[in-house]
Amino acid sequence: MHELPITESILNVVITYAEKNNVKKVMAINLRVGRLSDLEDEWIQRYFDYLSKGTVAEGAKLNIERTPIKLQCNSCATTYEVEISNMSETNCPGCGKNDSKMISGREYYIKDMEVQ
Amino acid sequence: MEDVRLIEVKEDIMADNIKVANGVRKRLRDKKTMLLNLMSSPGSGKTSLILRTVEGLKDSVRLGVIEADIDSKVDAEKVAAQGIPAIQLRTGGFCHLDATMVTQGIDALAANDLDLLIIENVGNLVCPAEFDTGAHKNVMILSVPEGDDKPLKYPLMFSICDVLLVNKIDYLSLSDFDMAAMRKRVLSLNPKIKIIEISCKTGAGIGDWIAWLKKEVDTFRRG
Repeated sequence: MHELPITESILNVVITYAEKNNVKKVMAINLRVGRLSDLEDEWIQRYFDYLSKGTVAEGAKLNIERTPIKLQCNSCATTYEVEISNMSETNCPGCGKNDSKMISGREYYIKDMEVQ
Repeated sequence: MEDVRLIEVKEDIMADNIKVANGVRKRLRDKKTMLLNLMSSPGSGKTSLILRTVEGLKDSVRLGVIEADIDSKVDAEKVAAQGIPAIQLRTGGFCHLDATMVTQGIDALAANDLDLLIIENVGNLVCPAEFDTGAHKNVMILSVPEGDDKPLKYPLMFSICDVLLVNKIDYLSLSDFDMAAMRKRVLSLNPKIKIIEISCKTGAGIGDWIAWLKKEVDTFRRG
C-alpha cells in the first residue's frame, strides 16, 4: 500500500549511486524485500517507471528477490523459517518453546544495479 | 554497445527513515518526553482511547497528541477541547506516518515540557507497521467487531507492538470473537506483548491501561 514512498527512496539511492559511478544508463536494479512486507512487485515497477522518467534510471527493470521469514529461538538459538500463512504456529522446532525473535523477513534492501 | 557492469549498492531502502526515527527518539529522550505510537484499523477506537487516557492522566502527566488523518481535523479538535496540546497532521493520500512527518508534528506542536506525546497513526494495520516513527513504545488496538483472526492477517503489526489493547469488550456477548484463540495467536507472534482487554465505552479495563502507561512514563522520566 505504501509503494510510492518506498519507490521514491529506491530512486534516490539509485540516482546517487549512478552519479558517483558515471553511469549513462541504469538497466536493472536488484532488490531484496522480506516476505513480511506488503509490497506489490507490479506496483513498485509502475511507480518506478513513472517517477524515473527523464532520469538516468528511466526504463530500468526492478528485480525483486523475496527473502524468507526467519526466526531464531531465544532459548536454544535454533534458526528456522516460517511462512506468513502459519506465523501463529511458531514454536521452535529445536526445543518446542515459543520465544523467538525475527532475524529476517522485514528487509528492504538494494543489492546492486546493472548499468552502462 | 557498451558493456553492462554491476555496481554494488547494499543500501537499506528504509535507512533514511530509520535515521530520522533514531533522531526523534534521541531528541525526545533528552527532553524526557516518551513518544507513544498508537495504531489500529479505522473505527477501532483510537480517538476514544486517547480521550480516556487524557481523562486518566491529565492531573499527573503532561500530555500532548499528534493526530494523523487523511484529511480532516475532527480528531485534534476533540482532544484540544480537553485542554491538551494537539496538532492534526493531514497526511493527504499517505497511508502511514513516517519519522519525518512526526518530526514536523513535534515542531508544529512546539510543546517542550511534555512527559508523554501520543501519535494517533493513520487507521490501517498494514503500512504503519513498516515505518519506524521514532516512538519509544508501540501500542495497537484491536476491537472485538474486527474479529479474532486479525493476527493471522496482519502478523507484522502484532509482532512489533509492546501492548495490544482489545477494545469494545462490551460487544463480546454479541459476537463469536474467541478471546483465547486471539491471545494464543498474538502471543505466538510476539511472546513479550502485553494484552489488556478494555472498553472505552464502559470504562472496563481502562484502569489497567492507565496504570501500565503511568508506570512506563514514570520509569521513562527517571531515565
